[in-house]
Amino acid sequence: MRRFFVRNAPGYVFLTPWFIGFFLLALGPILASLYLSFTRYDMVASPRWVGLDNFEYMFTRDRRFWKSLEVTFAYVALSVPARLAMALGVAMLLDKGLRTISLYRAIFYLPSLLGASIAIAILWRQLFTADGVVNQVLALVGIQGPGWITDPDTSLYTLVILAMWQFGSPMLIFLAGLRGIPKDLYEAAEIDGTRPWRRFTRITLPLLAPVIFFNLVLQTIEAFKTFSSAFIISNGTGAPADSLLFYTIYLFNEAFKFFRMGYASALAWVLLVIIAVFTAIAFFTSRYWVHYENDRD
Amino acid sequence: MQVDEAARVAHELRLARDKRERNARLLKHVFLIAMSCVMLYPLFWLLASSFKPENEIFGNLGLWPSEWRIENYTEGWYALPKSFTVFYVNSAIVTVLSVIGNLISCSFAAYAFARLKFTGKTLFFALMMMTLMIPYHVVLIPQYVQFLALGWVDTYLPLVVPRFLASDAFFIFLMVQFFRQLPRELDEAAMIDGCSPYKIYWAIILPLSLPAMGTAAIFSLIWVWEDFLAPLIYLNDIKSYTVPLALRLFLDQEGQSVFGQMFAMSVLSLVPVVIFFVLFQKLIVRGIATSGMK
Repeated sequence: MRRFFVRNAPGYVFLTPWFIGFFLLALGPILASLYLSFTRYDMVASPRWVGLDNFEYMFTRDRRFWKSLEVTFAYVALSVPARLAMALGVAMLLDKGLRTISLYRAIFYLPSLLGASIAIAILWRQLFTADGVVNQVLALVGIQGPGWITDPDTSLYTLVILAMWQFGSPMLIFLAGLRGIPKDLYEAAEIDGTRPWRRFTRITLPLLAPVIFFNLVLQTIEAFKTFSSAFIISNGTGAPADSLLFYTIYLFNEAFKFFRMGYASALAWVLLVIIAVFTAIAFFTSRYWVHYENDRD
Repeated sequence: MQVDEAARVAHELRLARDKRERNARLLKHVFLIAMSCVMLYPLFWLLASSFKPENEIFGNLGLWPSEWRIENYTEGWYALPKSFTVFYVNSAIVTVLSVIGNLISCSFAAYAFARLKFTGKTLFFALMMMTLMIPYHVVLIPQYVQFLALGWVDTYLPLVVPRFLASDAFFIFLMVQFFRQLPRELDEAAMIDGCSPYKIYWAIILPLSLPAMGTAAIFSLIWVWEDFLAPLIYLNDIKSYTVPLALRLFLDQEGQSVFGQMFAMSVLSLVPVVIFFVLFQKLIVRGIATSGMK
């Protein structure tokens, strides 16, 4: 027993802050919110057990829950592939022997650093008003732009475009991945007269698969968590006509506007399960399309 | 004769290829420059609009104000019930404390995971990685109830204390990746000389990890500076607002034509981020490439 402590003491000492944080700020709250999800709780009276009522209401009667799922899934499905395609395309352009690469890299990465800020969300709102910059540019080429943020049919696209604007982080990860592909593969393919598109599908994509997989999982989780910019652009409500009612916004309002803490906890758990399922699917299917370098003998 | 002919043809082919490659490179530059302009245009439009008179902001793509209204800045600074001096001081307090907390607690945990042996390490590491996936919204409500019971709402404690408890697993992961690259022989040699693990952390690992610590410091500084959700929930009194919360107040006044002032204050809120980016670009880029995140 004594030896156990002597041997382990340094490790546990250094982990103490993390232990406390893990139990009080992660594990404890996750279990607490599981409990709360089976209760009605308004923060005034103590939580009252209601069994599965919250979930039953959510899945069978709550239209806004389904709407918020629809908005969030649409956003994930549109923004993640668009952002990754931008990131990969630009990374491939930058990869081959440009001397000014660090300047371009900096310019393309800057929006990713600024993009999460409230200042940019405020700017985005103004860019997409009826007489805003975007419609001005469209007018130059003779297109009458929509109302964008005031039009339920187009409002989500403003956020998708904001997400595309921030392709910098996956781009940097792709660049690091592209560096790892041996250049002689391309040279050999070129000598054999392989067309560029074939070189892309037969060399770049397979060898980059682990990096693509990594970016895909990460960006999908990020996209599910989107909050601040949507909150600002939709005025905190998910307007117009709930077209920007992101899951996180719905949850936030249920909890901190209407103080339905029990129901909001149930929403939170459903979100956790959705993200876990997506991650699990990605990991499970990955062995069919992701091959790591050291797998191949 | 024939050899000369062959050499001439080869030379011409090489010239043609060089020319083709030069053209391709030129085309690529043209494309990248055009794209850079599109990417940066919104930022320059924001900067220009922050100096424009109110009636010139909308329906105007220009990047050069007809007259430079510095008043947008001087009046915007005092446009809200409290001056921006208060908001910047608040943001600075929260940011500095959070960065210090992140660096200390995350480097502790990372050192344990990367260099020390103890029972349950694999399990704890897996748990730590799983917390990366958990959305903040899931722990938000119980945390809020907890902090409210402690009387911490409307103080900076809910924003700062979690950072002293290694709550941001991203930084642990980043530092673990870095610590693992340091040669093991250093620890072993120090151990033979009678150094304790605590001494090794302080005298060997930390001094060698300044680039990783720098990367972590810059990222955490920028993210805390831009953080919106946690301050939105925990700070109700305008006296304790951080800069992002203050900026949001401008939106509530929309219609009273304060766009110039709102843009001016928005620009100011981005200035620290841009300065840090320009100064520490290398650390940021390397941090993302090695950790592979965000």
